[in-house]
Amino acid sequence: MRIENARRSVTALSTAAVALVLGISEAWAAAGRPSPWEMGMQEMVTELGQSASDFHTYLVWLIAAICLLVLALLLVIIARFNERKNPVPSRTTHNTLLEVAWTIVPVLILVAVAIPSFRLLRQQLVPPQADVVIKATGYSWYWGYEYPEDQGGFKFDSNMVTDEAALKPDQPRLLGADNAMVVPVGKVVRVQVTSADVIHAFAVPSFFIKVDAVPGRLNETWFKAEKEGVYYGQCSELCGNGHPYMPIEVRVVSEQQYAAWLAEAKQRYASTEDTTPVKFANAQ
Amino acid sequence: MAHAVDSAHADHHDHLPGFWRRWFYSTNHKDIGTLYLIFGFMAGIIGGILSIAMRLELQEPGLQFFANPQTFNVFVTGHGLIMVFFMVMPTLIGGFGNWFIPLMIGAPDMAFPRMNNISFWLLVAAFALMLCSLFVEGAPGSLGFGGGWTVYPPLSTTGHPGPALDFGILALHLAGASSILGAINFITTILNMRAPGMTLHKMPLFAWAMLVTAFLLLISLPVLAGAITMLLTDRNFGTTFFEPSGGGDPILYQHLFWFFGHPEVYIMILPAFGIVSHIISTFSKKPIFGYLGMAYAMVAIGVVGFVVWAHHMYTVGLSLQTQAYFVFATMVIAVPTGIKIFSWIATMWGGSIRFTAAMQWAIGFVFLFTVGGVTGVVLANAPVDRYMHDTYYVVAHFHYVLSLGAVFVIFAGIYYWFPKITGYIMPEWIGKVHFWIAFIGANVLFFPMHFLGLSGMPRRYADYPDAFAGWNLVSSIGSYIFGAGILFFMFGVVYALVRKEKAGDNPWGEGATTLEWTLSSPPPFHQFETLPRIVDTGH
Repeated sequence: MRIENARRSVTALSTAAVALVLGISEAWAAAGRPSPWEMGMQEMVTELGQSASDFHTYLVWLIAAICLLVLALLLVIIARFNERKNPVPSRTTHNTLLEVAWTIVPVLILVAVAIPSFRLLRQQLVPPQADVVIKATGYSWYWGYEYPEDQGGFKFDSNMVTDEAALKPDQPRLLGADNAMVVPVGKVVRVQVTSADVIHAFAVPSFFIKVDAVPGRLNETWFKAEKEGVYYGQCSELCGNGHPYMPIEVRVVSEQQYAAWLAEAKQRYASTEDTTPVKFANAQ
Repeated sequence: MAHAVDSAHADHHDHLPGFWRRWFYSTNHKDIGTLYLIFGFMAGIIGGILSIAMRLELQEPGLQFFANPQTFNVFVTGHGLIMVFFMVMPTLIGGFGNWFIPLMIGAPDMAFPRMNNISFWLLVAAFALMLCSLFVEGAPGSLGFGGGWTVYPPLSTTGHPGPALDFGILALHLAGASSILGAINFITTILNMRAPGMTLHKMPLFAWAMLVTAFLLLISLPVLAGAITMLLTDRNFGTTFFEPSGGGDPILYQHLFWFFGHPEVYIMILPAFGIVSHIISTFSKKPIFGYLGMAYAMVAIGVVGFVVWAHHMYTVGLSLQTQAYFVFATMVIAVPTGIKIFSWIATMWGGSIRFTAAMQWAIGFVFLFTVGGVTGVVLANAPVDRYMHDTYYVVAHFHYVLSLGAVFVIFAGIYYWFPKITGYIMPEWIGKVHFWIAFIGANVLFFPMHFLGLSGMPRRYADYPDAFAGWNLVSSIGSYIFGAGILFFMFGVVYALVRKEKAGDNPWGEGATTLEWTLSSPPPFHQFETLPRIVDTGH
């Protein structure tokens, strides 16, 4: 696990600060899924997700400061400039210095936001060399995953577990899928995303990824999960009646487990349908 | 600001037409304004009932009230379209715009009174079509269109083969035509019919706001009309503008839609900016601070608002350069918006403030709009929006700027202008009690949505994983509180109308300097038969 404690404590401090304001105690986030009364982002398991999450924490401090400044000014106004305390209003309508200041200072703040923002954007959208490429296709209303030839060349569908009794102990309702997408830990995974019908969106909050599945387009996103575990996401573009019922379940496993799973999956999914091996141009 | 030196009350030869002629063939800007206000309120009640139904469903996990998520989505879509096109726009633009633009600029009426009439009645027809859409088949086997107010294809083409969306598209066409006619009317009126001596730089800020809004309508609505017409032909006549199998692209629709859709959000908030400026200036007994900065900040917001549309589309697969540009352009808008916030604060600073109901709503607006504005800066950053896109964080953001922004100003405007419109005093305690109910209710309703979004809850979900239950319950309770506030408001209006306490020409005193306060309450049927002359008092 690469997540630094200092960073986590900053995040925790900020969420705790918000919690303090509202008088509600902090509920600690479990990785890979939402937790009750959560007030911040889900715990990140990718390095890039962690930097994006830290950037968000920085923004929260910034916007909280701006809101508090405005609130403080309004409170001073209410206390000092009411009819009783200040019966004679001033006639001031101009102050060039002040007006220039409240134009320039926001510009500087925005520059301070934009610089890390652009750096992060580049990291998100210029992916490193991929170790594993997987194609995710959105259907109404389930996901299909294809592993190209170098991974064994098979594909399978991933449906939500509708029977609550059939959920595995670690699978929350509406999030658990019958067949999860399985990936190795610590490897760069590129997900190519498209749709067979209407627009869907492939999202996993704890990897900080979200990309639309658009018919006729092949979008891509990537992640490098640093921690084994099960991570859930949900379709994030309105797609009709089953929109809440097409979860994304990603199981991050060790390299040995991944190899074992590939061997098993190749057998299992090859026998179910006419699986023509798929090959991607940029798969290694 | 400026004030009138002579304004003719000239109400001695008012010949009121009969009921039918007055309210159905109306060409009088004040009557049409009243019709718009009543229409907007009624549409708001329907849109509000849809949202209460949504909150009832979301109060706990699982499906309780809706048979399936599709029906829930129909409610979501109806709520969005009704609130945008039939509540906020008619009330702020059609209602307050029609009522007070001619009064504030010293004009006898709007430039094109008959066109004003057709603008209103087209909107009624549009609303009738919109309501019909709820009761005809959309997706196979269910009623209504459930693809969201953005109407993205292919869900709005192959996903909804029934006629529901055809009704919806025609409703939007009519509403759009109505708004374009209204925009032409406002632009002509404001540019040509200002009282002698009222230069553009002496014009009240509400008139500036409406002028910018009218230009935004005029430029953006034809693009929406084009996009939904292409959708209509894709649906019914076999074209493939948005269909990849025929060489089209669904993303094209999103670009066209948001080229309209982003200016649309400023169309909803700019008139509110104008109204708030007058309320704050009136009750602080001070002229607006930095008048020119305020006016040109609105112009800047309007202009830049046209080149930021794809920040709604960060996850569709835009290139790095495109996303970087839209991040930059979007953040630029924060600067003129900041100028407005700080100028309102500076207007109040040093003032002798009377905390009337209208002023409480206006101060509430300044703070809550700031909260909604800063989360907009967060969302402007594509790398962070990646996480928040299509989650409840976005829902929280745009309700803070619209429901706690535009809607708060609608109520501020009603409490401010109620004596002018009806001639009766609205007891202050009614507006104040309503404000506190709404302030608490709206914050309990929308603030937890930030947490839900950060926790990962996607929008437009009828059912959600159990972990989201807590904040959803809180949010639902907030919506009931806000709804109770609306009932209280209805009581207040009836109470004031029954009580019939006469309001003077200017119940707000020295701070109210715009021309409408020089007229009687309510103003004569035809005002300014002798045009007022404006003398410069220097600002």
